[in-house]
Amino acid sequence: MPRLSSYRDFDWVLLGFVLLLSLISVLEIKSATLHTKFHGFDHKQIQFLAVGLVLMFIVSLIDYHRMLDIVHWAYGISIVSLVAVLIVGTKVLGGRRWIKFPGGIHFQPSEWVKLVLIVAVARYFWGLAGKELTWGDIGKAAAMVVVPMALVLKQPDLGTALTYLPILICGLFLGGIRFKQVGLVLLALAMIGGIAWKSGKHLKPYQQARIDAFINPDSDPRGSGYQIRQSLIAVGSGGIWGKGANKGTQTQGDFLPIPYTDFIFAAFCEEHGFVGALGVLLLYFLILMRLIQNAQTASDLPGSFIIMGVVAVIVFQIAVNVGMVVGLMPVTGIPLPLLSYGGSSVLFTFLSLGIVMNIRMRRFVN
Amino acid sequence: MELTHHIDPNDLGPNGKAEKVSAGKLHAAQYIVAFILIILITGLWRLQVLGADNFRALAEANRIRKVPILAPRGRLFDREGRLLVDNYPSVSCYLLREQVKDLDVDLPLISQGLHIPIEQIQSTLRRYQIAPKYQPIPLKQDISPDEQAFIAAHRDELPELETLDEQRRLYPRDGFAAHLIGYVGEVSEQMLDDPRYAFYSPGDVVGRSGVEQTYDALLRGKDGSRDVIVNSHGKELGHLGQELAVPGKDLKLTIDLDLQIAAEKALDGKNGAIVAMDPHTGEILAMVSRPTFDPNQFSVRLTKNYWNEILNNPDHPLLNKSLQAQLAPGSTFKIIMSVAGLQENVAQTMHVSCNGGAEFYGHFYACDRHHGAVDINNAIPYSCDTFYYTLANRLGIDTIAKYATSLGLGQKTGIDLPDEVTGTMPSTAWKLKTQHDKWFAGETISVGIGQGAVTATPIQLARALSGVANGGVLRRPHVVFADEIPPDMLQAVRESFPGSGDATIPLTTENWQLITDAMANVTSSPIGTAYAAHLEGVDFAGKTGTAQVIGHDALAKTSKGHNTEPNAWFVGMAPRRNPDIVVAVLWEHGNWGNNSAKLASQIIDAFVNKQRKRDNNIRIATTPEPAKPETIPSATPTVPSAE
Repeated sequence: MPRLSSYRDFDWVLLGFVLLLSLISVLEIKSATLHTKFHGFDHKQIQFLAVGLVLMFIVSLIDYHRMLDIVHWAYGISIVSLVAVLIVGTKVLGGRRWIKFPGGIHFQPSEWVKLVLIVAVARYFWGLAGKELTWGDIGKAAAMVVVPMALVLKQPDLGTALTYLPILICGLFLGGIRFKQVGLVLLALAMIGGIAWKSGKHLKPYQQARIDAFINPDSDPRGSGYQIRQSLIAVGSGGIWGKGANKGTQTQGDFLPIPYTDFIFAAFCEEHGFVGALGVLLLYFLILMRLIQNAQTASDLPGSFIIMGVVAVIVFQIAVNVGMVVGLMPVTGIPLPLLSYGGSSVLFTFLSLGIVMNIRMRRFVN
Repeated sequence: MELTHHIDPNDLGPNGKAEKVSAGKLHAAQYIVAFILIILITGLWRLQVLGADNFRALAEANRIRKVPILAPRGRLFDREGRLLVDNYPSVSCYLLREQVKDLDVDLPLISQGLHIPIEQIQSTLRRYQIAPKYQPIPLKQDISPDEQAFIAAHRDELPELETLDEQRRLYPRDGFAAHLIGYVGEVSEQMLDDPRYAFYSPGDVVGRSGVEQTYDALLRGKDGSRDVIVNSHGKELGHLGQELAVPGKDLKLTIDLDLQIAAEKALDGKNGAIVAMDPHTGEILAMVSRPTFDPNQFSVRLTKNYWNEILNNPDHPLLNKSLQAQLAPGSTFKIIMSVAGLQENVAQTMHVSCNGGAEFYGHFYACDRHHGAVDINNAIPYSCDTFYYTLANRLGIDTIAKYATSLGLGQKTGIDLPDEVTGTMPSTAWKLKTQHDKWFAGETISVGIGQGAVTATPIQLARALSGVANGGVLRRPHVVFADEIPPDMLQAVRESFPGSGDATIPLTTENWQLITDAMANVTSSPIGTAYAAHLEGVDFAGKTGTAQVIGHDALAKTSKGHNTEPNAWFVGMAPRRNPDIVVAVLWEHGNWGNNSAKLASQIIDAFVNKQRKRDNNIRIATTPEPAKPETIPSATPTVPSAE
């Protein structure tokens, strides 16, 4: 057990940035739900944040090597829970994503599997430390990530399934994949993607429609195209300074779809303009730099791997979500970490931060 | 600090080469992150700095208003294409929440101009809280020209008010065929919670009973919408596009208007039900239930007064008694008894001497008169209870139940209308299951004459007795032609209305002829119980039934002014074998089966007259004549020659 003095080594600066973003998140959720039936979600978000913080501190206390020790069990349980959710999950909006426990707790396994995968990939590459990656190694790593991904796709939850990819990519990158191998992997992926797109088997009609709408937003003014269009109008009309808190006509007038989760950044851009958006992106930049710094100072290889896995997931989510909001990416339904409303998202972020703190606090051990 | 335990699969020392990720890669990661953020910032710059003016104009103009284009609901016709249910144009007023500036200020004005109490508007708004903002909220339907003028005059102060030309349902007057047709109304909260109504949103008008409910998906069509762009003053600037409405499908019902009229007339001022059916196909030709209600009152905003009037009526006007009245079938059940007795080879040789009743198990069971020597041939026209007590006693309850169940008693028929009930067919197993008690032989005796625990609905009796007259072929009753319905929907309807459907029961030709001849004697022979309903020149067969409502002892205690006369049943068909029509009549408290027989004869009469007219206006003959093929284009002699 670490001595309490280890809390000197707790990354208070990082936590400060995170809390600042969380505050922005609460205020924007409040604004975006002002005149809707979701009024009061800001209070719920505060509750999620509180639980997240407590969990973060708890997780930071348990030596992350213990997690590495038991990760294969956790991985097994993950796969079982993903299969279970397909069988006994609660159906919401056409997807089976939640397992309902007595006491009204809805558990979404695909979120915490993300965390398990980060640790599992770290442990896997730790085992391969210092040797050249063979095709077999790459294949195993890929299988490790692709199996749960396929299960989540079955739910179907394209957004969450996609967030597993950066964990694999990051692992391969740090694990020493060679350029030649990268080329071949990309080629294989492109072929698989091409075949899947042609056969359309792996994309639900609505997912195809989203991509079509992204390519040509006016082709489908009511569906996904409508969402993108409304998002662009919200962001663009915010201008440099924004329309002011609670004054976004797109956000308040119900034109912007789900302005408290997937499109919260669009709502923020409308009300706080380019300046506000820059501020938020700067905060993200500081948080990410701070995380990478912690990866540099980690005491051992799996520590760095875990932190970089967290970085990869967060960067990916920011890129895809903000990219969607500004019209650079199709609509995928991936929330923006630390900003979007939602218990699963908040808990994932804070749990991963807990592990990061944990690794940082033990950086001088050894 | 102590060393923490960890696994080290490569046996690398704590300072082994591979214990750190290369610094270069982590630096690269920093650049990658910075690069991604710069791309995103560029995207924001493009929108918020370069495109700001353009997008601001769009946001200003972006007051997309969805103006619904309502799909006209499919109309309903009778089997000959005569219109039963139509739509008429009407104007409704809606409130658009997107346009509301300050509702507290506007409410009194709206309330005054449209003559709606403020509280009512507020409760409507509360109901629509969960609906998306762009969805208009219906404030008032069928608004008057004055109210339309008020809305037009206050365009500027009240941009949130919007009128919409709609089609409303127009039903026949006086509750004509109301139970069969059903009515439409706004989808209720409870319905919205039902997964079957997942695709409906608050405010949708849906069928709430009868054909309107069963075939709602076909009749409703699909609403379209125009996406109109209006500026903040509600002025149209253009439109984005539109989705045209798909009109609902017109449906041809199996009922025959002429027969429906005859049936409505027959039951006028009485309580009960009449159902007429084509036994060859199961097509319902007429269906009446009394008392009735006015569906027109339900399709426009239902007034509390009318609703209470309907709810508090002890005779349950909303019940479709053809399918929902489960009552003792009385002597009509004797036909089913006869089938059981003959098929089991018991009844052929049974001879009973009726002295006004008989004693079984120490109880005296009464018959209504001294019939003397009775066998199966005259037991039916006499409707001799003594004979059937004896037969029931011989057969035993489970044999009776076997035949009655195969003829569809105790289960739904599977008619394509909501809320059909099953009735009860008792048996030893049934009693064990429902009352955890064993069946007593004495209980079988009253079942033999359709009293005791056995109950049936008019539609069940119509199907069962016509099945017997059909030589054992029973059909699933239905009110919409199968070819009117898309195959997948037909499948869904059949699955949602399970029941005995189409079936065939064994019935030897000999037994079939014996029973049908005996049924013909009920109306055509002076000894028959329904000789009063005799139709000259028509081969009209049937069976009467008089079923007690309540025991005489209980009567005195509980009557409280309720009508306690027996229910009068009659199920009749024409002609006697392979009939073209079967009519079941339930006249509640009609006192005597032959009273119902007279009502049935009115429908049979209308049917036969119609056939005669169709067959080239043959004059109504006093005696049936064989049809001459050379004079009749559609050579189908419908009037049987005397046998």
